[in-house]
Amino acid sequence: MTAHAPTSPAFKANAHRALNDPALQRALGNVETGFILKRRKAADKLPEFEALRDSARDIKNHTLAHLDLYLEAYERKVTESGGQVHFAPTAADAREIVAAICRRVGARTVVKGKTMVSEEIDLNAHLEAIGVTPVETDLGEYIIQLRNERPSHIVAPVIHLNRDQIETNFRAAHADLPQDRDLSAPEALLAEARAMLRARFLAADVGITGANFLVAETGTSIIVTNEGNGDLSQTLPRVHIVLASIEKLVPTLDDAAQMLRVLARSATGQEMSVYTTFSTGPRRPEDPDGPEEYHVVLLDNGRSAMLGGEFRDMLRCIRCAACMNHCPVYHAVGGHAYGWVYPGPMGSVLSPSLIGVDKAGHLPNASTFCGRCESVCPVRIPLPKLMRHWREREFERHLSPAPVRYGLGVWGFFATRPRLYRLATRTGMAALALLGRNKGRFRSLPFAKGWTATRDLAAPEGGTFQARWRAERAKR
Amino acid sequence: MVSSQGSRPRVGLFATCLVDLIRPSVGFAAAKLIEDAGCEVVVPEQTCCGQPAFNSGDRATARAIALEILDAFQGVDYVVAPSGSCAGMLKRHVPELFAGEPDLERRAQGLADKVHELVSFLTDVRGVTKVAARFDGAVTYHDSCSGLRELGVRDQPRKLLETVDGLTLTEMKDSDVCCGFGGTFAVKYGEISDAIVAKKAANVADAGAATLLAGDLGCLMNMAGKLQRQGKTVRVRHVAEVLAGMADGPAIGEPEGRS
Repeated sequence: MTAHAPTSPAFKANAHRALNDPALQRALGNVETGFILKRRKAADKLPEFEALRDSARDIKNHTLAHLDLYLEAYERKVTESGGQVHFAPTAADAREIVAAICRRVGARTVVKGKTMVSEEIDLNAHLEAIGVTPVETDLGEYIIQLRNERPSHIVAPVIHLNRDQIETNFRAAHADLPQDRDLSAPEALLAEARAMLRARFLAADVGITGANFLVAETGTSIIVTNEGNGDLSQTLPRVHIVLASIEKLVPTLDDAAQMLRVLARSATGQEMSVYTTFSTGPRRPEDPDGPEEYHVVLLDNGRSAMLGGEFRDMLRCIRCAACMNHCPVYHAVGGHAYGWVYPGPMGSVLSPSLIGVDKAGHLPNASTFCGRCESVCPVRIPLPKLMRHWREREFERHLSPAPVRYGLGVWGFFATRPRLYRLATRTGMAALALLGRNKGRFRSLPFAKGWTATRDLAAPEGGTFQARWRAERAKR
Repeated sequence: MVSSQGSRPRVGLFATCLVDLIRPSVGFAAAKLIEDAGCEVVVPEQTCCGQPAFNSGDRATARAIALEILDAFQGVDYVVAPSGSCAGMLKRHVPELFAGEPDLERRAQGLADKVHELVSFLTDVRGVTKVAARFDGAVTYHDSCSGLRELGVRDQPRKLLETVDGLTLTEMKDSDVCCGFGGTFAVKYGEISDAIVAKKAANVADAGAATLLAGDLGCLMNMAGKLQRQGKTVRVRHVAEVLAGMADGPAIGEPEGRS
């Protein structure tokens, strides 16, 4: 696994490639049909779903308002239960903490449950560099690892692939697989991966999982999975490392239960994920299983800076992916086009905070502001508004492209001077109306190529409304 | 109401820049509908709602435009726009531009409280339940995003369309999904915008209706432009033209004499 540098600055080129990739376009069709319908059904079945969204928002807001206290309480509880909390201000710190634990226990293999924070800090490349073999155990992540790719979706990592492509990867990687083995059903692929992974679980020295929630009251970390791989990743190896970012905190187990009620419904349309796993500290003498060591690496990586500013609402995000599942731009270009770990609307707000708006500047601009993301967000993050805040920062810092700034400047000059505007538009529209009179529209206009390359542009009727209105009223 | 003449509320028509410049007939249709609903219509001098600036991160320009609008629309009882997007800007976002400046924020909120999208103004404020119009044929209706999600405009246009003589409403698949316009997005990210509107055009064509309607001229021009580039025969109009019985002129992007 090689380290992945962000390709977000090349968003337009990425998008162009994605739009011209027939296999990707075929695979993306699944997002539009599957996720949206399932979420709708799950939400409709629960009369209090909208109230639960309010409650989920409030729980997260409360936690963020007192995050320092809850982090301290959480750390105290983890310590009491025999575990250890490590604070990692940066991605490099987090990688080094994990590497140090692996070195100390002489780890050769690490099994991993699904964790986006691991992607954020590019952990696998770092582990390999120190001679530790990371093994992804979530089926989607396992396929991603075979392909040396990034996940293209935060819940369904291989949503950009079709089954036949995955089968090809499997046959290449599982060399002893008989050619006549039928892999046409997803279950067959899962069984094949499971058989391969079983031995890896048993051989692994360290298990790394993410966390959907961290509970301050008890020092518990909670993960949800549909394959059960998270359980094995944290119970079989000698050492369990929870890798999570600081905003995963919730105050109590009751709060966590509330959050779980909106999470799976928003993500996959399930009432609950198949497995919800609570882990608190290392194995106690009376426990049938569990790790000898229990570590939590808490990643900041720019988040505490978000706490005091206009992007704070983003820290409510519970990574359900409903926003990208409902996003027309994501549907068109898929997750890889966004060029870093977090795609879709949530990534368009979060990525500029984490890797800088200089690199991720396209992302908050590549939105129609249709508002569908906000309308399904289980914690009611005002995603379009936050994307607009990034556009304001870019505009202030003169990062917006020069033609855009120039065009806006000219337009703004007239739009703030109604009388001048009236004169200019009357002449301009009259000329355009004359030009477009025969066809009623333009197939090509030099100053609107982004539009007319693929769409006709309606010609003006002629005469502005305001001029015609005043002329007609004068006749009365 | 301060400035009503008798019992007729005074409505400031916010025509929107696209209607003003590209398709004035929508403005006249809107004015007729508002007058038919028992109101007086005035058209204060205006340019734009400021969205191109606001959504490009240029708050200063958006704010300057908003100040012009606050002055121009003083003394009306309502501000009505034949666009969910521009009405949403005035109603939801202009007050945000003056956050922390109590006097201006109060004025902006005062304006915002009077702002309505045209069709929902007719039904929800004026209690209009039917229109006196005729339109022969099947239409399909696209829900523009801002009207739908910022202002809750969904059933209102459908209810009024059902009262148009000769009209049948045929729903398309995903009528509530964005058409890919997004203002400057359509030009800045033209390729993505085109991919989105191509899906919309396919859904429109599949619905089999001869006419496509919506409440926002930006979306309409985007969808019309795609359908026409594809050689599709679907005619595209603003919903106000049909509701006002003024849909006999050329459809969007069609030349004179081919109505």
